[in-house]
Amino acid sequence: MTDSRKTAEAAGATPLLQLDGILKQFPGCLANDHVDLTLMPGEIHALLGENGAGKSTLVKIIYGVQEPDAGQIRWQGATVQIANPAQARRLGIGMVFQHFSLFESLTVAENIALGISDARQRKGLRSRIAEISRSYGLLLDPDRAVHELSVGERQRVEIVRCLLQEPRLLIMDEPTSVLTPQEVDKLFDTLRRLAAEGCAILYISHKLEEIRALCHEATIMRQGKVVATCDPRHETAEHLAELMIGSRVSAPDRPASSQEEKPVMLEVSHLSLKSDRQFGIDLKDISFTVRGGEILGIGGVAGNGQSELMAALSGETLVNTADAIRINDVAAGRLGPAQRRLLGACFVPEERNGHGAVSAFSLTDNAFLSAFRRRSLTRLGLIEGEKTRRFADDIIRLFDVRGRGVRAEARSLSGGNLQKFIVGREILQRPDLLVVAQPTWGVDAGAAAAIHQALIDLAAQGAGIVIISQDLDEILLLCQRIAVINLGSLSAPRPVGEVTVEQIGLLMGGVHGAPPQEQIKGEQPRVART
Amino acid sequence: MWLGLEPRGQRSAFWTYGSPVLALLLTVVTAAIIFAALGQDPAEALWTFLIEPLTSASGLPELFVKAAPLILIGVGLSIGFRANVWNIGAEGQFTLGAIFGGWLALRVGEGSGWWIFPAMLLLSILGGMIWAAIPAFLKTRFNANEILTSLMLTYVAQLLLLYLVTGPWKDPEGYGFPQTAMFGDGATAPILIPETRLHLGVLIALAAALLGWLILSKSLLGFQLRVLGSAPRAARFAGFSEAGLIWLSLLLGGGLAGLAGLFEVAGPIGQLTPSISPGYGFTAIIVAFLGRLHPLGVVLAGLVLALSYLGGEAAQIDLGLPNAVTGIFQGILLFYLLGCDVLILYRLRLGRKQPPAKHLREASR
Repeated sequence: MTDSRKTAEAAGATPLLQLDGILKQFPGCLANDHVDLTLMPGEIHALLGENGAGKSTLVKIIYGVQEPDAGQIRWQGATVQIANPAQARRLGIGMVFQHFSLFESLTVAENIALGISDARQRKGLRSRIAEISRSYGLLLDPDRAVHELSVGERQRVEIVRCLLQEPRLLIMDEPTSVLTPQEVDKLFDTLRRLAAEGCAILYISHKLEEIRALCHEATIMRQGKVVATCDPRHETAEHLAELMIGSRVSAPDRPASSQEEKPVMLEVSHLSLKSDRQFGIDLKDISFTVRGGEILGIGGVAGNGQSELMAALSGETLVNTADAIRINDVAAGRLGPAQRRLLGACFVPEERNGHGAVSAFSLTDNAFLSAFRRRSLTRLGLIEGEKTRRFADDIIRLFDVRGRGVRAEARSLSGGNLQKFIVGREILQRPDLLVVAQPTWGVDAGAAAAIHQALIDLAAQGAGIVIISQDLDEILLLCQRIAVINLGSLSAPRPVGEVTVEQIGLLMGGVHGAPPQEQIKGEQPRVART
Repeated sequence: MWLGLEPRGQRSAFWTYGSPVLALLLTVVTAAIIFAALGQDPAEALWTFLIEPLTSASGLPELFVKAAPLILIGVGLSIGFRANVWNIGAEGQFTLGAIFGGWLALRVGEGSGWWIFPAMLLLSILGGMIWAAIPAFLKTRFNANEILTSLMLTYVAQLLLLYLVTGPWKDPEGYGFPQTAMFGDGATAPILIPETRLHLGVLIALAAALLGWLILSKSLLGFQLRVLGSAPRAARFAGFSEAGLIWLSLLLGGGLAGLAGLFEVAGPIGQLTPSISPGYGFTAIIVAFLGRLHPLGVVLAGLVLALSYLGGEAAQIDLGLPNAVTGIFQGILLFYLLGCDVLILYRLRLGRKQPPAKHLREASR
C-alpha cells in the first residue's frame, strides 16, 4: 500500500469504488476469479495484464455491461447492483472504449448530443463542449464532421462526451494504442488534471512505461486473478512484466545487418490507389524497396492507409499499373493473390479470424487455405488429405501451436496460438517476400516473442520482410529501416538507428494540420471562436 | 423461473444433426393438433398422411419419383448455399429446363432416335443455366441481390410457359386445353422398373448427390465454395475468384433444376402444361436446409418432403382435407427447423435470472 493511500485511509476517506470477490464465468473460461479492487477518489489506478487476463470483463462489470456471477460492488461505501451502462453513468461512471462508437458523417456536437437522452441537457450543449475542451486541453471543433478527425481527435470526442456527465470515475480502455507519442503526452496531461480535481481514473493497459509514468496504483491481473497490487512508480518495468506474464520473456536476437547487397524482393514505385470505400484512405505515390535479408517496418496510427496498403501488396486489391508493384523483379500490380504467391510472396493479414483463417474450419483446412499452391497439396482438382494433414502437423509442431491438434477449429485457439499457426503456415512456404500486418496484435507475450524470433530467422535465411505495425516498440525491435504511413502517404524509409521516437511521432501525426504542440501555444484555440 | 439462451462458444455437433430430427418430431406433433382441430382423429389422420402412402405396392417407387426433382434441385442449391449464394429461383430454372427439353420433344414428335433423349437432357440443363445466368450476371456486374432477382424470374418463367402452352405450342387436337401434345416414346424418360413410374431421373438424382458430396468435401472447388460461404475475406486472401464462384454456384444450381424440370415433363407428366410443378423449386430449399446442406443429407430430406406430397394427396382422397395440408406441413417443418437450429449455437438454461451470489460463491470454492 502506498503512502498517499495510507494517509487517505487514515483520514477516514471512503473508497470511491470497492470490488469484493467478483466472479464471472464464461463457457470454458473463468474470466474473473474473485477479483478485489479498491479505488480512492482522485487516484489514477492502472489495471495491468495481458490480453485475456480478464481486464475487459472486469471493467464491463463495473460499467454495467456484464453482470457478475458473484461478488459485491460498493460505490462510495454503499452496495450497488449496476444493471446497465445507463445506471453506471447515473452513478458517475464514464467509460472510453477502445473502439469508438461515433457516426462518421455527423459533426462532433451532433455525435455528443446523440448520447444524451435528456432533452433539457442538450440545451447549451455547444458552449459546454467548448468549455470542457478548453479547460482540459482537449482541442475540438464542435462543427467538424467526425470522418475528418484523426483517431486522437475522435478519442477526445469520446472523452468530452464522458466529461459532460461530470463523472466521479473515468475508465479508459487501452487509450494510447491509437495515439502518436505526442498525443499520448497530451492525454496524460488531461488525465492528471482530472485526477487533481478528484475524479478517479481506472486506466487499462499493458504498456508498462506508460503506467509507470502516469499511475499512482496498479492492480495486476493474470488468468482472471489479481496477482499483485503495487505502486508502479516504485517498480521497474522488468518486474511489472514478470508479474504480468508470470515468467521472464527473452528479447529476440537482433538481426545481424549484413553489408552485402542482396537482391530486391519487393519494389513499390509511385503506387497510388483510390479507396473504393467511403471514408477509406487513398494511397498516394508510395515508393519503397525491400531487399532479401531485410526487415522494413511501416509504422503509423491506425486508419492511415495500412489496410489499403496491405490489400494492394497482397493483391486483394489490384492496382492500375502493373509496374507499381514488382515482386522478385516481375511486374505484379495486376496479379491476384494466387499468382503473387507463385512469384514467391506470402502474406499475414491483420485480422486472424475470417481473413487469415476461417474460424469454423479445422487447422488442416486452414493450412490448405493459402498454402496449397506453393506446397502442391492438390492432385487432379482433389485435395490431398494426408499430405495436407502432415503439413498442418508440421506447422503445429515447429511453431508450438497449442490446441487440440490438426482437427481443432481455428476459433477454438487462443489469439496467440492462431497467430503462430498463421505465421508458421506462411513461413513454411519458404517465401522470398513476407508481408505481415500487425504480427503480434492481441497476442500474449510468449507467442509474440516466438513470432518475432521466427520473423528474424526468416530474414536471416534471405527473405525480405515488410512489417506493417502500429506498435512502435515492435518495429524498433525488429526492423533495420522504418517508414511511416500517414493519410495514405509513406515517408522515406530511414535506418532505425538514425531516427528518434520524437521524429517518428511527428511523422505519424504531422500531416493532420499543424503539429499538436503549436496548437496549444495559440492563445485562442479553434474551439474558442464558436 | 427464467428460461434463457446461453452461448455454447462453439457449434454443437450433436444438435447440428439432432435439430432436424427434433424439428420433424415437433412438426408431427403440431400436425396432429391441427388435424384434431379440423375434426379428424389425429392418430388416423397421421397414419393416412405419413404411413399409408408407403403401404401400397407403388408406394415406395412413387416416393422416389416425387423425391427425384427435390434431390436434384436440393443438391444444386446446397452447393450454392454453402457459398452464400442464395438462389431462390430454382422453380423458374426448373420451368425453363422443361421448356427447353420440351421444345425438342415437340419438334421430333413421334420420331425416334437414340440421341433424342440425351439431347433433351443437355437442352434442359442449358435452359436452367440460362435462367440462372441472369441473376449471376446481375450480381457480379451490378451487385444486385440474387435472392430478389432469381425469385422474380420465377414468375417470368411461369408466364412464359403459360404463353407457350396456350399459344404457339398448344396441342391442335387438345380440345382447346392449355397444354402441348404428349411427348413421343423417343422423348420420354426410360422407366427403370416396369409397371411403376420409377424413371431414369431417380438414378441421376442419386448420382448427382454422390457427385455433389465428392465435390463439396474432397475437391479444391468445393473447398473454395465453402471458404467463400464462411469467410469471404479469407477467400479473397487465398486468391479465390468470388465472381467465378458465384457464376459457378448459380449455373450448377440452375442446370440441375433444369434437369429436374425435364424429368418431370418427360416422365410422370409426359407433356407441357401450365402447372408442371407443385412447387418443387421452393420445397427444395427446405430440403437443402433439412439435409444440412450436405448432398447425402439432401437425399434423406428429399424423401421426407416427398412423403409430404404423397401424404397430401392421400389426405385429400381419404379424409377430404384440402391440398394445402402439404404446404402447411412443409411450412411448419421449416419454421421448427429454423427454431431448433438455435440449439446448435446456444444451450437452454433454466434458472433464476439473478443467481444467488452466496450460493454460487460457495459452490465455486
